[in-house]
Amino acid sequence: MNAIDRIKTQLTSAPVVLYMKGTPDFPQCGFSAQTVGALRACNAKFTHFNIFEDPEVREALKTYSNWPTFPQLYVNGELIGGCDIALQMYRSGELQKLLSEAGAVPA
Amino acid sequence: MSAIDREQRIRARLAAAFAPHELTIVDESHLHAGHAGAAGGGGHFRIHIVADAFAGLPPVARHRRVYEALGDLMSGEVHALSIDARAPG
Repeated sequence: MNAIDRIKTQLTSAPVVLYMKGTPDFPQCGFSAQTVGALRACNAKFTHFNIFEDPEVREALKTYSNWPTFPQLYVNGELIGGCDIALQMYRSGELQKLLSEAGAVPA
Repeated sequence: MSAIDREQRIRARLAAAFAPHELTIVDESHLHAGHAGAAGGGGHFRIHIVADAFAGLPPVARHRRVYEALGDLMSGEVHALSIDARAPG
């Protein structure tokens, strides 16, 4: 499976997908860590992919999403943004609403 | 390339693309030195920009416009950006 197909498969594997540097418990970049923090503060379930483990996906994602940096947060396959946007949406309450509507927050 | 050169290049690209009302660029590379993602040597910058072009655009689209304006700088000289892009008012 080529990198684009892997991305498409990964994005349909869960409503909320985070491409990040490192893992939620061992993030390797402050921006990735902060984004995980926002998702956890929302009590959201999410699937993560460590881009350091798949350099092909890392490169292909930049083109696929027209977004050159990481982390990248997707909800229902759509790019929501990176760390700045996730934190802004968390502070405004939009992130909680979006995640809840996506079924990622247990009732 | 020095950090100041990088900052000036970013400033020049954004000024040309958006004719911004406000533009602040802060080099935060020192905050990230040594982590795995910084291994390529690119800088981390925080950008605050206010421009008419962002009016009516959702955040993802605003950030994409900034990334597009920076173009090739994103693939080497800039490792990560923190962007606050707004429309006036």
